[in-house]
Amino acid sequence: MFEIHDVAYKDILHVKHLTIKKGNVTSIVGQSGSGKTTLLRLLNRIISYDQGEILFHGQPLHRVDPIALRRQVVMLPQNPAIYNGNIRDNLLIGLKFSEKPMVADDSLYKILKLMKLKKELKENTDKLSGGEKQRVALGRILLMEPEVLLLDEPSSALDESTEQLIIEVLVQYTKSNGKTMVMVTHSKKIAGQFSDEIVEIIKDQPVNQREGV
Amino acid sequence: MDGVIELQLWQMAAAYVFVVLLLFIVKVKGISREKEILIASVRMTVQLVLVGYVLVYLFNHMHPLSTIIVIAIMEAFAIHNIFKRVKKPLSKPLKKMIAVSMLLGTLTCLTYFLFVVIRISPWYDPRYFIPIAGMIIGNSMTGVSLGVSRLVDGMHAEKHLIESSLMLGATPKIAAKGVVDNAFDAAILPTINTMVGMGIVFLPGMMTGQILSGISPITAIEYQIAIMLGILGSVALTVIFFVQLGFKTFFNEENQLIIED
Repeated sequence: MFEIHDVAYKDILHVKHLTIKKGNVTSIVGQSGSGKTTLLRLLNRIISYDQGEILFHGQPLHRVDPIALRRQVVMLPQNPAIYNGNIRDNLLIGLKFSEKPMVADDSLYKILKLMKLKKELKENTDKLSGGEKQRVALGRILLMEPEVLLLDEPSSALDESTEQLIIEVLVQYTKSNGKTMVMVTHSKKIAGQFSDEIVEIIKDQPVNQREGV
Repeated sequence: MDGVIELQLWQMAAAYVFVVLLLFIVKVKGISREKEILIASVRMTVQLVLVGYVLVYLFNHMHPLSTIIVIAIMEAFAIHNIFKRVKKPLSKPLKKMIAVSMLLGTLTCLTYFLFVVIRISPWYDPRYFIPIAGMIIGNSMTGVSLGVSRLVDGMHAEKHLIESSLMLGATPKIAAKGVVDNAFDAAILPTINTMVGMGIVFLPGMMTGQILSGISPITAIEYQIAIMLGILGSVALTVIFFVQLGFKTFFNEENQLIIED
Protein backbone atom coordinates (compact mmCIF):
# COMPACT_ATOMS: atom_id res chain seq x y z
CA MET A 1 0.00 0.00 0.00
CA PHE A 2 2.71 2.47 1.08
CA GLU A 3 6.32 2.10 0.02
CA ILE A 4 8.80 4.54 1.47
CA HIS A 5 12.23 4.90 -0.12
CA ASP A 6 14.98 7.06 1.34
CA VAL A 7 12.57 9.72 2.64
CA ALA A 8 13.84 12.55 4.83
CA TYR A 9 12.01 15.33 6.61
CA LYS A 10 14.23 18.11 8.01
CA ASP A 11 16.47 16.64 10.73
CA ILE A 12 13.52 14.89 12.30
CA LEU A 13 13.05 11.71 10.32
CA HIS A 14 14.95 9.60 7.83
CA VAL A 15 13.40 6.43 6.44
CA LYS A 16 15.65 4.31 4.20
CA HIS A 17 13.05 1.71 3.42
CA LEU A 18 9.62 0.89 4.81
CA THR A 19 6.60 -0.93 3.39
CA ILE A 20 3.14 -0.73 4.91
CA LYS A 21 1.06 -3.63 3.69
CA LYS A 22 -2.63 -3.45 2.84
CA GLY A 23 -4.88 -5.01 5.47
CA ASN A 24 -2.19 -4.92 8.14
CA VAL A 25 -2.14 -3.27 11.51
CA THR A 26 1.25 -1.59 11.74
CA SER A 27 2.44 -0.08 14.99
CA ILE A 28 5.08 2.63 15.12
CA VAL A 29 6.97 2.70 18.39
CA GLY A 30 9.93 4.68 19.65
CA GLN A 31 11.07 7.40 22.02
CA SER A 32 9.33 10.76 22.00
CA GLY A 33 10.86 13.10 19.45
CA SER A 34 12.02 10.23 17.25
CA GLY A 35 9.69 11.20 14.38
CA LYS A 36 6.75 8.79 14.82
CA THR A 37 4.10 11.48 14.39
CA THR A 38 6.06 12.99 11.50
CA LEU A 39 5.81 9.68 9.66
CA LEU A 40 2.00 9.69 9.98
CA ARG A 41 1.86 13.35 8.90
CA LEU A 42 3.90 12.51 5.81
CA LEU A 43 1.55 9.66 4.89
CA ASN A 44 -1.47 11.97 5.33
CA ARG A 45 0.40 14.60 3.26
CA ILE A 46 -0.26 17.29 5.80
CA ILE A 47 3.49 17.89 5.42
CA SER A 48 5.77 17.05 2.49
CA TYR A 49 9.09 15.27 2.54
CA ASP A 50 12.31 16.97 1.45
CA GLN A 51 13.81 14.02 -0.42
CA GLY A 52 13.07 10.45 -1.48
CA GLU A 53 9.77 8.98 -2.50
CA ILE A 54 6.60 7.61 -0.94
CA LEU A 55 4.48 5.43 -3.19
CA PHE A 56 0.78 4.94 -2.50
CA HIS A 57 -0.65 2.05 -4.52
CA GLY A 58 2.47 2.37 -6.67
CA GLN A 59 1.88 6.05 -7.41
CA PRO A 60 4.18 8.79 -6.08
CA LEU A 61 2.39 10.49 -3.20
CA HIS A 62 3.07 13.98 -4.51
CA ARG A 63 1.10 13.14 -7.66
CA VAL A 64 -2.02 12.19 -5.71
CA ASP A 65 -4.50 15.02 -5.07
CA PRO A 66 -3.89 15.87 -1.38
CA ILE A 67 -7.55 16.35 -0.48
CA ALA A 68 -8.66 13.14 -2.21
CA LEU A 69 -5.78 11.33 -0.47
CA ARG A 70 -6.72 12.62 3.00
CA ARG A 71 -10.30 11.44 2.49
CA GLN A 72 -8.94 7.92 2.00
CA VAL A 73 -5.92 8.09 4.31
CA VAL A 74 -7.44 9.77 7.36
CA MET A 75 -5.31 10.88 10.28
CA LEU A 76 -6.32 11.38 13.88
CA PRO A 77 -3.83 13.50 15.85
CA GLN A 78 -2.86 12.73 19.44
CA ASN A 79 -5.10 15.49 20.80
CA PRO A 80 -8.07 15.14 18.50
CA ALA A 81 -10.00 18.26 17.65
CA ILE A 82 -13.43 18.62 19.18
CA TYR A 83 -15.66 21.06 17.34
CA ASN A 84 -18.32 23.36 18.80
CA GLY A 85 -21.64 21.60 19.06
CA ASN A 86 -22.96 18.29 20.29
CA ILE A 87 -21.83 14.69 19.88
CA ARG A 88 -23.88 14.28 16.69
CA ASP A 89 -22.18 17.30 15.07
CA ASN A 90 -18.78 15.95 16.07
CA LEU A 91 -19.43 12.49 14.69
CA LEU A 92 -20.83 13.77 11.40
CA ILE A 93 -18.20 16.43 10.74
CA GLY A 94 -15.76 13.98 9.12
CA LEU A 95 -18.43 12.98 6.58
CA LYS A 96 -19.16 16.66 5.96
CA PHE A 97 -15.49 17.50 5.43
CA SER A 98 -15.00 14.60 3.05
CA GLU A 99 -18.28 15.36 1.23
CA LYS A 100 -19.68 11.90 1.92
CA PRO A 101 -23.41 11.24 2.50
CA MET A 102 -24.68 11.85 6.02
CA VAL A 103 -25.96 8.89 8.05
CA ALA A 104 -29.01 8.44 10.26
CA ASP A 105 -28.94 8.55 14.07
CA ASP A 106 -29.15 4.72 14.24
CA SER A 107 -25.70 4.44 12.68
CA LEU A 108 -24.37 7.10 15.03
CA TYR A 109 -25.66 5.24 18.09
CA LYS A 110 -24.04 2.05 16.76
CA ILE A 111 -20.72 3.88 16.56
CA LEU A 112 -21.16 5.21 20.11
CA LYS A 113 -21.83 1.67 21.29
CA LEU A 114 -18.78 0.41 19.45
CA MET A 115 -16.73 3.11 21.21
CA LYS A 116 -18.23 2.10 24.58
CA LEU A 117 -19.89 5.47 25.01
CA LYS A 118 -23.27 5.58 26.72
CA LYS A 119 -24.21 9.07 25.62
CA GLU A 120 -27.00 10.92 23.87
CA LEU A 121 -26.22 12.44 20.47
CA LYS A 122 -27.59 15.82 21.54
CA GLU A 123 -25.20 16.03 24.49
CA ASN A 124 -22.76 18.91 24.30
CA THR A 125 -19.11 17.88 23.95
CA ASP A 126 -18.01 20.45 26.57
CA LYS A 127 -19.08 18.05 29.29
CA LEU A 128 -17.12 15.06 27.98
CA SER A 129 -13.92 13.86 29.63
CA GLY A 130 -10.66 13.63 27.68
CA GLY A 131 -11.11 9.91 27.10
CA GLU A 132 -14.71 10.36 25.93
CA LYS A 133 -13.65 13.07 23.51
CA GLN A 134 -10.96 10.79 22.13
CA ARG A 135 -13.55 8.06 21.54
CA VAL A 136 -15.93 10.50 19.82
CA ALA A 137 -13.07 11.48 17.51
CA LEU A 138 -12.29 7.82 16.82
CA GLY A 139 -15.96 7.17 16.08
CA ARG A 140 -15.89 10.12 13.68
CA ILE A 141 -13.21 8.54 11.53
CA LEU A 142 -14.77 5.06 11.62
CA LEU A 143 -17.93 6.61 10.15
CA MET A 144 -15.85 7.94 7.25
CA GLU A 145 -14.85 4.37 6.34
CA PRO A 146 -11.44 5.37 5.00
CA GLU A 147 -9.05 2.96 3.33
CA VAL A 148 -6.28 3.74 5.81
CA LEU A 149 -6.52 4.89 9.43
CA LEU A 150 -3.51 6.80 10.70
CA LEU A 151 -3.87 6.97 14.46
CA ASP A 152 -1.47 8.96 16.65
CA GLU A 153 -1.61 7.55 20.18
CA PRO A 154 -5.32 6.72 19.84
CA SER A 155 -5.60 5.59 23.44
CA SER A 156 -3.47 8.25 25.17
CA ALA A 157 -6.41 9.62 27.15
CA LEU A 158 -7.90 6.23 28.06
CA ASP A 159 -7.43 4.14 31.18
CA GLU A 160 -5.79 0.73 30.76
CA SER A 161 -8.95 -1.37 30.57
CA THR A 162 -10.74 0.97 28.15
CA GLU A 163 -7.54 1.18 26.10
CA GLN A 164 -7.56 -2.59 25.58
CA LEU A 165 -11.23 -2.58 24.60
CA ILE A 166 -10.98 0.31 22.17
CA ILE A 167 -7.82 -0.90 20.41
CA GLU A 168 -9.43 -4.31 20.08
CA VAL A 169 -12.49 -2.71 18.46
CA LEU A 170 -10.29 -0.67 16.08
CA VAL A 171 -8.27 -3.72 15.06
CA GLN A 172 -11.42 -5.78 14.56
CA TYR A 173 -12.94 -3.02 12.46
CA THR A 174 -9.77 -2.82 10.35
CA LYS A 175 -9.58 -6.57 9.78
CA SER A 176 -13.26 -7.23 9.11
CA ASN A 177 -13.59 -4.32 6.68
CA GLY A 178 -10.35 -4.87 4.75
CA LYS A 179 -8.88 -1.58 5.97
CA THR A 180 -5.29 -0.73 6.88
CA MET A 181 -4.25 0.79 10.17
CA VAL A 182 -1.04 2.56 11.12
CA MET A 183 -0.88 3.40 14.80
CA VAL A 184 1.69 5.34 16.78
CA THR A 185 1.82 4.01 20.32
CA HIS A 186 4.01 4.48 23.35
CA SER A 187 2.90 1.08 24.62
CA LYS A 188 5.03 -1.83 23.48
CA LYS A 189 2.46 -4.08 25.12
CA ILE A 190 -0.38 -2.79 22.92
CA ALA A 191 1.90 -2.92 19.87
CA GLY A 192 2.92 -6.50 20.58
CA GLN A 193 -0.60 -7.63 21.29
CA PHE A 194 -2.42 -6.19 18.27
CA SER A 195 0.04 -5.54 15.44
CA ASP A 196 0.89 -7.52 12.34
CA GLU A 197 4.04 -5.49 12.12
CA ILE A 198 5.97 -3.25 14.52
CA VAL A 199 8.29 -0.53 13.29
CA GLU A 200 10.62 0.95 15.88
CA ILE A 201 11.97 4.40 15.21
CA ILE A 202 15.19 5.24 17.05
CA LYS A 203 16.08 8.90 17.38
CA ASP A 204 18.71 10.10 14.87
CA GLN A 205 18.88 6.70 13.20
CA PRO A 206 17.47 5.97 9.76
CA VAL A 207 14.49 3.62 9.73
CA ASN A 208 15.37 0.51 7.77
CA GLN A 209 12.74 -2.20 7.75
CA ARG A 210 13.93 -5.76 7.76
CA GLU A 211 11.93 -8.78 6.79
CA GLY A 212 10.10 -10.42 9.68
CA VAL A 213 10.41 -7.48 12.06
CA MET B 1 -30.19 82.18 10.60
CA ASP B 2 -28.17 85.05 9.08
CA GLY B 3 -25.81 82.93 6.99
CA VAL B 4 -22.53 81.28 7.94
CA ILE B 5 -20.45 82.58 10.88
CA GLU B 6 -16.96 82.97 9.47
CA LEU B 7 -14.38 81.99 12.10
CA GLN B 8 -11.74 84.63 12.79
CA LEU B 9 -8.21 83.45 13.56
CA TRP B 10 -8.53 84.42 17.22
CA GLN B 11 -11.82 82.49 17.46
CA MET B 12 -10.13 79.36 16.16
CA ALA B 13 -7.19 79.95 18.49
CA ALA B 14 -9.66 80.22 21.40
CA ALA B 15 -10.57 76.55 20.83
CA TYR B 16 -7.03 75.59 21.89
CA VAL B 17 -8.08 76.36 25.45
CA PHE B 18 -9.34 72.76 25.55
CA VAL B 19 -5.80 71.50 24.88
CA VAL B 20 -4.44 73.80 27.61
CA LEU B 21 -7.11 72.49 29.97
CA LEU B 22 -6.20 68.89 29.16
CA LEU B 23 -2.49 69.63 29.66
CA PHE B 24 -3.29 71.19 33.04
CA ILE B 25 -5.37 68.17 34.11
CA VAL B 26 -2.71 65.58 33.16
CA LYS B 27 -0.03 67.68 34.86
CA VAL B 28 -2.03 67.90 38.11
CA LYS B 29 -2.93 64.18 37.96
CA GLY B 30 0.68 63.23 37.29
CA ILE B 31 -0.19 61.42 34.06
CA SER B 32 2.83 61.72 31.78
CA ARG B 33 1.03 62.30 28.51
CA GLU B 34 1.90 65.99 27.89
CA LYS B 35 4.28 65.20 25.02
CA GLU B 36 1.73 63.05 23.15
CA ILE B 37 -1.04 65.63 23.60
CA LEU B 38 1.19 68.43 22.30
CA ILE B 39 2.43 66.38 19.34
CA ALA B 40 -1.11 65.29 18.43
CA SER B 41 -2.42 68.87 18.61
CA VAL B 42 0.42 70.28 16.53
CA ARG B 43 0.21 67.46 13.97
CA MET B 44 -3.55 67.85 13.62
CA THR B 45 -3.21 71.61 13.09
CA VAL B 46 -0.32 71.43 10.61
CA GLN B 47 -1.85 68.53 8.65
CA LEU B 48 -5.25 70.20 8.33
CA VAL B 49 -3.80 73.59 7.38
CA LEU B 50 -1.65 71.93 4.70
CA VAL B 51 -4.59 69.87 3.42
CA GLY B 52 -6.68 73.05 3.31
CA TYR B 53 -4.15 74.78 1.05
CA VAL B 54 -3.72 71.67 -1.10
CA LEU B 55 -7.50 71.39 -1.54
CA VAL B 56 -7.78 75.09 -2.44
CA TYR B 57 -5.05 74.58 -5.04
CA LEU B 58 -6.67 71.42 -6.42
CA PHE B 59 -10.14 73.01 -6.61
CA ASN B 60 -8.74 76.00 -8.48
CA HIS B 61 -6.60 73.91 -10.87
CA MET B 62 -8.85 70.98 -11.73
CA HIS B 63 -7.02 68.28 -13.66
CA PRO B 64 -7.70 64.54 -13.97
CA LEU B 65 -4.09 63.66 -13.22
CA SER B 66 -3.98 65.61 -9.95
CA THR B 67 -7.18 63.88 -8.76
CA ILE B 68 -5.75 60.47 -9.67
CA ILE B 69 -2.47 61.25 -7.85
CA VAL B 70 -4.37 62.29 -4.69
CA ILE B 71 -6.40 59.05 -4.76
CA ALA B 72 -3.21 57.00 -5.30
CA ILE B 73 -1.55 58.72 -2.31
CA MET B 74 -4.63 58.07 -0.15
CA GLU B 75 -4.65 54.38 -1.10
CA ALA B 76 -0.91 54.02 -0.48
CA PHE B 77 -1.19 55.65 2.96
CA ALA B 78 -4.22 53.52 3.86
CA ILE B 79 -2.50 50.27 2.86
CA HIS B 80 0.70 51.24 4.69
CA ASN B 81 -1.36 52.14 7.75
CA ILE B 82 -2.98 48.68 7.78
CA PHE B 83 0.48 47.04 7.72
CA LYS B 84 1.53 49.23 10.65
CA ARG B 85 -1.61 48.73 12.74
CA VAL B 86 -1.49 44.93 12.82
CA LYS B 87 0.84 43.79 15.57
CA LYS B 88 1.60 40.30 14.19
CA PRO B 89 4.13 39.92 11.35
CA LEU B 90 2.43 39.75 7.96
CA SER B 91 3.64 37.52 5.15
CA LYS B 92 4.40 39.04 1.74
CA PRO B 93 1.47 37.27 0.03
CA LEU B 94 -0.88 38.49 2.76
CA LYS B 95 0.35 42.08 2.33
CA LYS B 96 -0.26 41.70 -1.39
CA MET B 97 -3.83 40.55 -0.76
CA ILE B 98 -4.45 43.48 1.61
CA ALA B 99 -3.37 45.88 -1.14
CA VAL B 100 -5.38 44.09 -3.84
CA SER B 101 -8.57 43.97 -1.78
CA MET B 102 -8.26 47.61 -0.69
CA LEU B 103 -7.82 48.78 -4.28
CA LEU B 104 -10.53 46.53 -5.71
CA GLY B 105 -13.11 47.20 -2.99
CA THR B 106 -12.67 50.95 -2.56
CA LEU B 107 -12.28 51.81 -6.24
CA THR B 108 -15.33 49.75 -7.26
CA CYS B 109 -17.51 51.47 -4.65
CA LEU B 110 -16.04 54.89 -5.32
CA THR B 111 -16.69 54.57 -9.06
CA TYR B 112 -20.28 53.47 -8.50
CA PHE B 113 -20.91 56.14 -5.90
CA LEU B 114 -19.51 59.05 -7.90
CA PHE B 115 -20.81 58.11 -11.33
CA VAL B 116 -24.12 56.41 -10.56
CA VAL B 117 -25.28 57.89 -7.23
CA ILE B 118 -23.94 61.47 -7.37
CA ARG B 119 -23.21 61.65 -11.11
CA ILE B 120 -20.39 64.17 -10.88
CA SER B 121 -19.22 66.13 -13.89
CA PRO B 122 -16.45 66.42 -14.88
CA TRP B 123 -15.58 62.95 -13.61
CA TYR B 124 -12.44 64.16 -11.84
CA ASP B 125 -14.08 67.06 -9.96
CA PRO B 126 -11.90 67.12 -6.80
CA ARG B 127 -14.60 68.88 -4.72
CA TYR B 128 -16.57 65.60 -4.69
CA PHE B 129 -13.94 63.05 -5.61
CA ILE B 130 -11.44 63.75 -2.83
CA PRO B 131 -13.64 64.03 0.30
CA ILE B 132 -15.81 61.08 -0.72
CA ALA B 133 -12.74 58.96 -1.56
CA GLY B 134 -11.31 59.95 1.83
CA MET B 135 -14.35 58.69 3.69
CA ILE B 136 -14.63 55.47 1.68
CA ILE B 137 -10.91 54.64 1.82
CA GLY B 138 -10.58 55.64 5.49
CA ASN B 139 -13.47 53.51 6.69
CA SER B 140 -12.42 50.55 4.54
CA MET B 141 -8.93 50.85 6.02
CA THR B 142 -10.35 50.58 9.54
CA GLY B 143 -12.49 47.59 8.55
CA VAL B 144 -9.66 45.75 6.82
CA SER B 145 -7.28 46.44 9.76
CA LEU B 146 -9.74 44.75 12.12
CA GLY B 147 -10.27 41.92 9.63
CA VAL B 148 -6.53 41.35 9.21
CA SER B 149 -5.93 41.27 12.98
CA ARG B 150 -8.76 38.83 13.55
CA LEU B 151 -7.79 36.61 10.61
CA VAL B 152 -4.11 36.40 11.58
CA ASP B 153 -4.89 35.84 15.29
CA GLY B 154 -7.58 33.29 14.44
CA MET B 155 -5.39 31.30 12.07
CA HIS B 156 -2.70 31.05 14.77
CA ALA B 157 -5.10 30.29 17.62
CA GLU B 158 -7.10 27.71 15.65
CA LYS B 159 -4.09 26.12 13.96
CA HIS B 160 -4.69 22.73 15.56
CA LEU B 161 -8.39 22.68 14.67
CA ILE B 162 -7.76 23.76 11.08
CA GLU B 163 -5.03 21.17 10.59
CA SER B 164 -7.20 18.46 12.17
CA SER B 165 -9.93 19.32 9.67
CA LEU B 166 -7.48 19.10 6.77
CA MET B 167 -6.38 15.67 8.03
CA LEU B 168 -9.99 14.52 7.60
CA GLY B 169 -10.08 15.70 4.00
CA ALA B 170 -11.55 19.18 4.45
CA THR B 171 -10.67 21.78 1.83
CA PRO B 172 -8.77 24.82 3.16
CA LYS B 173 -11.91 26.92 2.59
CA ILE B 174 -14.02 24.66 4.82
CA ALA B 175 -11.23 24.17 7.38
CA ALA B 176 -10.75 27.94 7.82
CA LYS B 177 -14.44 28.89 7.55
CA GLY B 178 -14.92 29.68 11.25
CA VAL B 179 -11.91 31.98 11.38
CA VAL B 180 -12.82 33.69 8.09
CA ASP B 181 -16.41 34.31 9.24
CA ASN B 182 -15.19 35.75 12.54
CA ALA B 183 -12.79 38.07 10.74
CA PHE B 184 -15.57 39.34 8.48
CA ASP B 185 -17.83 39.89 11.50
CA ALA B 186 -15.19 41.82 13.43
CA ALA B 187 -14.46 44.02 10.43
CA ILE B 188 -18.02 44.92 9.50
CA LEU B 189 -19.55 45.28 12.97
CA PRO B 190 -18.22 48.79 13.83
CA THR B 191 -19.72 50.19 10.60
CA ILE B 192 -23.10 48.61 11.37
CA ASN B 193 -22.97 49.94 14.95
CA THR B 194 -22.16 53.42 13.65
CA MET B 195 -25.22 53.29 11.40
CA VAL B 196 -27.43 52.28 14.31
CA GLY B 197 -26.31 55.22 16.49
CA MET B 198 -26.33 57.77 13.69
CA GLY B 199 -28.65 60.76 14.12
CA ILE B 200 -29.58 59.81 17.68
CA VAL B 201 -26.35 59.29 19.56
CA PHE B 202 -24.30 61.63 17.38
CA LEU B 203 -24.40 63.69 14.23
CA PRO B 204 -21.84 62.51 11.72
CA GLY B 205 -18.87 64.76 10.97
CA MET B 206 -19.63 65.26 7.31
CA MET B 207 -23.22 66.25 7.98
CA THR B 208 -22.25 68.59 10.84
CA GLY B 209 -19.67 70.23 8.59
CA GLN B 210 -22.20 70.74 5.82
CA ILE B 211 -24.82 72.18 8.18
CA LEU B 212 -22.28 74.55 9.76
CA SER B 213 -21.24 75.77 6.34
CA GLY B 214 -24.80 76.76 5.52
CA ILE B 215 -26.20 73.79 3.60
CA SER B 216 -29.79 72.79 4.38
CA PRO B 217 -29.96 69.93 6.91
CA ILE B 218 -32.17 67.99 4.47
CA THR B 219 -29.50 68.10 1.75
CA ALA B 220 -26.85 67.28 4.35
CA ILE B 221 -28.88 64.27 5.48
CA GLU B 222 -29.39 63.05 1.92
CA TYR B 223 -25.66 63.16 1.38
CA GLN B 224 -25.02 61.52 4.73
CA ILE B 225 -27.38 58.62 4.02
CA ALA B 226 -25.86 58.09 0.60
CA ILE B 227 -22.27 58.25 1.86
CA MET B 228 -23.05 55.98 4.81
CA LEU B 229 -24.45 53.35 2.44
CA GLY B 230 -21.42 53.83 0.20
CA ILE B 231 -19.12 53.31 3.19
CA LEU B 232 -21.02 50.19 4.24
CA GLY B 233 -20.74 48.82 0.72
CA SER B 234 -17.07 49.60 0.45
CA VAL B 235 -16.17 48.18 3.88
CA ALA B 236 -18.16 45.01 3.15
CA LEU B 237 -16.73 44.56 -0.33
CA THR B 238 -13.14 45.28 0.72
CA VAL B 239 -13.37 42.94 3.70
CA ILE B 240 -15.00 40.17 1.64
CA PHE B 241 -12.23 40.46 -0.94
CA PHE B 242 -9.65 40.46 1.82
CA VAL B 243 -10.89 37.46 3.81
CA GLN B 244 -11.56 35.40 0.69
CA LEU B 245 -8.12 36.11 -0.78
CA GLY B 246 -6.27 36.44 2.53
CA PHE B 247 -7.02 33.05 4.09
CA LYS B 248 -5.54 31.31 1.04
CA THR B 249 -2.12 32.75 1.86
CA PHE B 250 -2.03 30.50 4.94
CA PHE B 251 -2.07 27.38 2.75
CA ASN B 252 0.31 26.15 0.08
CA GLU B 253 -0.55 24.52 -3.24
CA GLU B 254 -0.56 21.12 -1.51
CA ASN B 255 -3.37 22.36 0.74
CA GLN B 256 -1.11 22.29 3.76
CA LEU B 257 -1.27 24.89 6.53
CA ILE B 258 1.88 27.02 6.48
CA ILE B 259 1.99 28.70 9.87
CA GLU B 260 5.30 28.68 11.70
CA ASP B 261 5.14 27.96 15.43
